[in-house]
Amino acid sequence: MRDFLIILLLIFGTFLSMVSVLGILRLPDILMRLQAMSKASTLGITCTVAGMAVYFGSVEISIRALFVVTFLFLTSPILAHLIARSAYRSQVPLWKGTVCDELRDKIKEHPQS
Amino acid sequence: MFALNILLAIAWTALTNNLSWFNLLSGFALGYVILYFASEGGLTERPTYIIRVIKAFGFTLFFIKELIVSNFKLMAEVLTPTHYMKPGVVAIPLDAKTDFEITLLANLITLTPGTLSLEVSPDRKYLYIHAMYVDTEDLDGFRNKIKQDFEKRLLEVMRDEP
Repeated sequence: MRDFLIILLLIFGTFLSMVSVLGILRLPDILMRLQAMSKASTLGITCTVAGMAVYFGSVEISIRALFVVTFLFLTSPILAHLIARSAYRSQVPLWKGTVCDELRDKIKEHPQS
Repeated sequence: MFALNILLAIAWTALTNNLSWFNLLSGFALGYVILYFASEGGLTERPTYIIRVIKAFGFTLFFIKELIVSNFKLMAEVLTPTHYMKPGVVAIPLDAKTDFEITLLANLITLTPGTLSLEVSPDRKYLYIHAMYVDTEDLDGFRNKIKQDFEKRLLEVMRDEP
């Protein structure tokens, strides 16, 4: 039962990391690629680390796993946010299917802020 | 109050001499019950901490659910050959005031389905997000959904008065 849980967590985590890589390759513009990177890899690493914590099963390892996950959840969205912001500000073209953009005019008004 | 509850949980773990997650959690639950009965105002008037713990717990469950849903949506988009996305950049008016609240909200939006926080306006009145599925006919509905789903719940947990 426990082995089964470990296998499930590890496979799901690896699969999500693979989806995140495929997303970076396949999606059409940088903002959507960042979406793939920030979401899929976060849950992917969480599942892998949870699998590790179940495998070792000790409190010491579990606390470390908890720290890894906490820092991941704090830093990964910030990383995505910073890359997205600088990409948008350096006028990386958006995908042709983009339906609306409410920020472009605002940046023209205050380019430095 | 939260620190007191943690302290009670640690004391319970130390006294029962059994360091495990289950024991720590039961210590926390026991400490919570003790605080529930010992808190000022008796049984009729609860201090905010007691209510906020319940709300925070519900919020965590909600967040985990959203995270898993977002991953399955993304998986469907990446693994199927056609792109069904209608991406766009939308401004969301902010009710969150402090740096900490805005940071948490932005992180939360990035981790939930189809949205990525892009920029906060200099006067902190708007958060600009990039969304994968935007319905141009109903932008206000989209804004409201984000506000109701995430911001309202987050502020309920973060602030003393609802």
